[in-house]
Amino acid sequence: MSSAKQSPWLALTAFLVYFFLYAPIIVLIVFSFNASRTNIVFEGVVNQGPCGPFYWYCELFKNRNVIEATRNTLIIAFTSTVVSTIIGTMAALALQRYDFFGKKTSETALYFPIVTPEIVMGIGILVLFSAVFGWINTALALAPGQRLTMGLGTVIVSHIAFSIPFVTLVVRARLHGFDNRLEEAAMDLGANEFTTFRKVTLPLIAPGVLAGAMLAFTLSLDDFIITFFTTGPGATTLPIYVYGLLRRIVTPEVNALSTIWILVVLTVVGISQWFQTRK
Amino acid sequence: MIQRFRENRRLQGLLLILPAMFVMVTLLVAPLTLTVITSFGQRDADGNVIYTFTLENYWRLMGFTESGWDDLYLRILLRSLWLAVQTTTIVILMAYPLAYFIARSPERRRNFLLFLVLVPLWTNFVIRIYAWVMILRGQGVLNSMLGGVAGLFNAPFQPLDLYPSQTAVLIGMVYEFLPFMILPIYTSLEKIEPNLYEAAADLYANAFRTFWRVTVPLSMPGIVAGTILTFIPVIGTFVVSDILGGRQVILVGNLVQRQFLDARNPPFGAAASIILLVMTLVLTLYYTRRFGLGEEIAAG
Repeated sequence: MSSAKQSPWLALTAFLVYFFLYAPIIVLIVFSFNASRTNIVFEGVVNQGPCGPFYWYCELFKNRNVIEATRNTLIIAFTSTVVSTIIGTMAALALQRYDFFGKKTSETALYFPIVTPEIVMGIGILVLFSAVFGWINTALALAPGQRLTMGLGTVIVSHIAFSIPFVTLVVRARLHGFDNRLEEAAMDLGANEFTTFRKVTLPLIAPGVLAGAMLAFTLSLDDFIITFFTTGPGATTLPIYVYGLLRRIVTPEVNALSTIWILVVLTVVGISQWFQTRK
Repeated sequence: MIQRFRENRRLQGLLLILPAMFVMVTLLVAPLTLTVITSFGQRDADGNVIYTFTLENYWRLMGFTESGWDDLYLRILLRSLWLAVQTTTIVILMAYPLAYFIARSPERRRNFLLFLVLVPLWTNFVIRIYAWVMILRGQGVLNSMLGGVAGLFNAPFQPLDLYPSQTAVLIGMVYEFLPFMILPIYTSLEKIEPNLYEAAADLYANAFRTFWRVTVPLSMPGIVAGTILTFIPVIGTFVVSDILGGRQVILVGNLVQRQFLDARNPPFGAAASIILLVMTLVLTLYYTRRFGLGEEIAAG
């Protein structure tokens, strides 16, 4: 689309929508310096202990639950991103460039999770795992300590399942204009399949794969509903932890946590942008 | 043997799709099948599932209970649908001008403007709702600001009673899903050839007519994709209503969640979940048949 002179009304509307998007973020950050523990009214900037205005940030780092939840969230996000990116990219290659028995069915199956409400998928996985684990535990007569339960494993597996379709979608979009002759040329020059894939195909689809991985990572970090139904003891993630807090009293620690979260993400995105422009 | 494998592209394709299909069968098909089976079951006194075949759970959802007609669950279904329609409409009305503004900005500025849309998404879903609690509650940011403004003019001020309420839930839903509408609409607007505008102008279409006859139809794929990305999560979520609605606003999502975790009646929860799925699929299918499948989903 061409850039034309913008109408002032359009610019004003755009500004108001941006304001709507950012007002909560600003409130979150400002209240992370609140002197009030109950965090309902802003009672001035906290100045307590050696950390001064950053009191709640220091409290946060002393909070073992937060540290454990952060660790779990990252483990889940990294593992599910790696696995779903590999499987999702393979599926994208298959759907875009090969013909095989059951192609249409696979295509539909991969669209299905995108149009399924998350809660339906979460409930389904919960029902399945509790039934299967129940049967195994009774069949093997496992002692209470050895019984299979919901936990990190079930969360990771579920995140892999809901990320794959999104990775496939993004990678397929990238493969759309792929020139098959480039691979044929490589093969004609004596490269075998593996070398061709590594030296020709992969570099060409790498941006798509990377975008897919980023999407999978974001989806996993942000997920609440599916995690809520598939988590178990010792597998609390940050969203689950914050949700638990919301039912009791929420101290400005949560605000400090979200402020750090935004800063970390901005830094990561900034670095990746810098790498991309440097190329 | 190896040579034959290399030439057999059908087999290669099948092998590439196999892992994804394995995951889909074990974590989508199997769970859904089991949910359907559970929904025909009953529960015993301890909340365990007894696998039988009864339609009782579905009848109860439709309003036919042992003690007569009760439309409690029908009203929950309708309320969820209505809220999803309201949210999607408001989100389109807010997203379109912004997407249009970004698409018409100078090229070097567009990426930054889009980036600004994404930043709020990087806080957390739950934290974003909590931010709205801080803004909307009785002594919250909005009321203190309005009170301050009223004080300046010595006007009487009655604090707004927005939290918890259905309005708060609507605001929260709109906020959560706005970026998922902006991105696909932007993607489809950005693809429009500038020549088309010139052609429309050459044919004496005014700005308004050009917008309605050229821009809007060509951005339909983006609107369709954005609607799917908004409507489906809104209709299935229970978190926004749980936090911003107090316990007053009960949606299908809340119903399902409570049957599983509080009421310990998995068969009834499973039936509600299946109704939700069928409702979503029917609407999505109708919508995509009517307006075409939004390829722009990938952009969101």
